Amino acid sequence: MKHTLAVLVENKSGVLSRVASLFSRRGYNIDSLAVGVTEDPDISRITIVVHGDDHVLEQVTKQLNKLIDVIKVSDIGTDDAVERELALIKVSADVDTRAEIMQIANIFRARIVDVAPKSMTVEVTGDESKIQAIEKLLRQFGIKEMVRTGKIAMVRGPKKV
Amino acid sequence: MTTGSTEKVNGAKALIKCLEKEGVDTLFGYPGGQIIPFYNELYDSDLRHILVRHEQAAAHAADGYARATGKTGVCVSTSGPGATNLVTGIATAYMDSVPIVALTGQVPRSLIGNDAFQEADITGITQPITKHNYLVQDPQEIPRIVKEAFHIASTGRPGPVLIDLPKDVQNIEIDLQYPDRVELRGYKPTYKGNTQQIKRAAEEIANSCRPIIYAGGGVISSNASAELVELAETIVAPVTTTLMGISCIPTEHPLYVGMLGMHGCKYANYAIQESDLIIAVGARFDDRVTGKLESFAPNARVIHIDVDPAEISKNVKVHIPIVGDAKQVLKSLIKYVQCCKSAEWIEKVNQWKKEYPLAYRKSQDTIMPQFVIEQISEACKDAIIVTEVGQHQMWAAQFFKYSKPRTFLTSGGLGTMGYGFPAAMGAKVGRPDKTVINIAGDGSFQMNSQELATVVQNDIPVVSVVLNNGYLGMVRQWQELFYDRRYSYTFIKGSVDFVKLAEAYGALGLRAEKPSEVRPAIEEAVKSGRPAVVEVIVECEANVYPMVPAGAAINEIIDLEEH
Ligand SMILES: Cc1ncc(C[n+]2csc(CCOP(=O)(O)OP(=O)(O)O)c2C)c(N)n1
Repeated sequence: MKHTLAVLVENKSGVLSRVASLFSRRGYNIDSLAVGVTEDPDISRITIVVHGDDHVLEQVTKQLNKLIDVIKVSDIGTDDAVERELALIKVSADVDTRAEIMQIANIFRARIVDVAPKSMTVEVTGDESKIQAIEKLLRQFGIKEMVRTGKIAMVRGPKKV
Repeated sequence: MTTGSTEKVNGAKALIKCLEKEGVDTLFGYPGGQIIPFYNELYDSDLRHILVRHEQAAAHAADGYARATGKTGVCVSTSGPGATNLVTGIATAYMDSVPIVALTGQVPRSLIGNDAFQEADITGITQPITKHNYLVQDPQEIPRIVKEAFHIASTGRPGPVLIDLPKDVQNIEIDLQYPDRVELRGYKPTYKGNTQQIKRAAEEIANSCRPIIYAGGGVISSNASAELVELAETIVAPVTTTLMGISCIPTEHPLYVGMLGMHGCKYANYAIQESDLIIAVGARFDDRVTGKLESFAPNARVIHIDVDPAEISKNVKVHIPIVGDAKQVLKSLIKYVQCCKSAEWIEKVNQWKKEYPLAYRKSQDTIMPQFVIEQISEACKDAIIVTEVGQHQMWAAQFFKYSKPRTFLTSGGLGTMGYGFPAAMGAKVGRPDKTVINIAGDGSFQMNSQELATVVQNDIPVVSVVLNNGYLGMVRQWQELFYDRRYSYTFIKGSVDFVKLAEAYGALGLRAEKPSEVRPAIEEAVKSGRPAVVEVIVECEANVYPMVPAGAAINEIIDLEEH
């Protein structure tokens, strides 16, 4: 099972490495990790997608909570959360395929952010399945390079983590 | 938050003043280029500094001091090689939850990251083996960081904290104001157990017929021995302890069934396997205790009291978790419990105790190692026993009679050979009123025997009893039992003359070669009031029994008769 954890931490140097190394040394697998500062400049928010059963999740949460710089750990259920990831995909393109790629981008509400004689770069945001879907369609043209941010997530409605 | 006046001092002096405010009286350390400013200020201070001969010993000594006194131990080293030499000692303290603060020098801030001379990323290296660590980047932060470090080390589940101090930070003048409290948003240990859970636990106890209390090192670190014994006596339940829990209940207490696990008493293992309720206090269900997890205590419900929530249900499924300090939780639990229906059970346990006592083959001509421990036990009743790691460690756990907490110091979690001697030195510095005996193997003692120089120079009269079996005994035992007696590189006989070694350092050296010589040698060493080494030539292929083979259930025991 995949879980999305929102981890609030002190915005200090070394904190990210403490969090990341905890995963490797305890043998937990990180699917993705995204980090950035919050509305409070002293606090950063790390979004971690982790794979595992309830026991693993409980251990991950407790071990994270043990780190002195970790302020709060919340499991954001997939149902009631907005989840987004951003990807930049550079595809091979020429005059013959350019229109088709733009069409696909349109359907996915993606944007073309760069065009060159032999390539185009598509920017797409969305949940994981959407990014996978567009990636699959663009693959036929040849993907030269792709970069993804890792997932960020937020609970819907008035609730805060 | 600060009170009192500010004064202008350099970082090094500020550090010393902060240590004094924390009540530190002794440091164990070794100087070097990047910690010279600190040592320069130390020259004028009243702090006692013990110059070890290897930084690993500084960390173990701080650890032994902490375990023996309940206070936080402090060790100091320079950057790079000094700091990396502390690592084994820090990891040892981490695994056994011992509060120490390690101070390390670091290259000046402008050189950090340049692979400068004697630079090592010690905060990176020690991240997985410290409770927390700091690289001081702003000298003005020294007071806050020291305050936090001592707070973190000694509260909640105790553990080591490291402070890395760049050399220039030690030299810069700051306004010293020592904070009187710490504010850490992410660190608020729970001490008081949840009342609802405590009541449920009491109910569970009332309904149990075959309860057993399983106590670990947490009982000792929270000073909860009296409460533990009171609980056992109130509900009338047998008590077993882990290696780390030894001495939290007197060995001769009628309800005590000894240590459990791999080298635990047969009756302790039987009792836990047949119990219907385990009351675990400050213990973590380590694999040396549970053996094969799937067959551990199959019919028992589990109450688990621990200050660290992450220990609960980590290895064994817990029915009633109680997060809190052992002393506080036991105090409130005692209020709700009464004697449970354990009369028949106690009889059965006592029957096992009679049937399967700890035993060894007696001998008139050769010295049995277990006999040596019994002799130490009789000759030095209230001593603090410290051990190295190996067979001798297990014999010290099995055959010494402990009567007070904090009198058995051993590396349980990491199993560090070389721990005992420096830890004994630290214990003696912290408890000069006590006789401190290091029980050692001939292999382990050689891992930090250079500290003989330290104990002689500083007049710290610890006695090391070296059980010389000519082998790395514990490994040899495994080779004998599970590897067809192929003694691959475990024979170390003739490596050194321990008596001459002691004498070379200016310590007292004694040797016992016959059973009748053991007691007098021990007594002479203790009476001398000097640092001493007693080399005892013991039966070379004696084994530790009972033994549960790795991966077996803990009632699948190899015992003496079968071998
Ligand atoms: C630093 C370190 N290295 C290796 C080991 C593995 N080890 C565990 S027990 C042991 C043998 C100990 O021999 P000795 O100190 O002579 O004690 P004995 O078992 O003979 O009583 C060894 C090598 C260890 N625990 N620690």
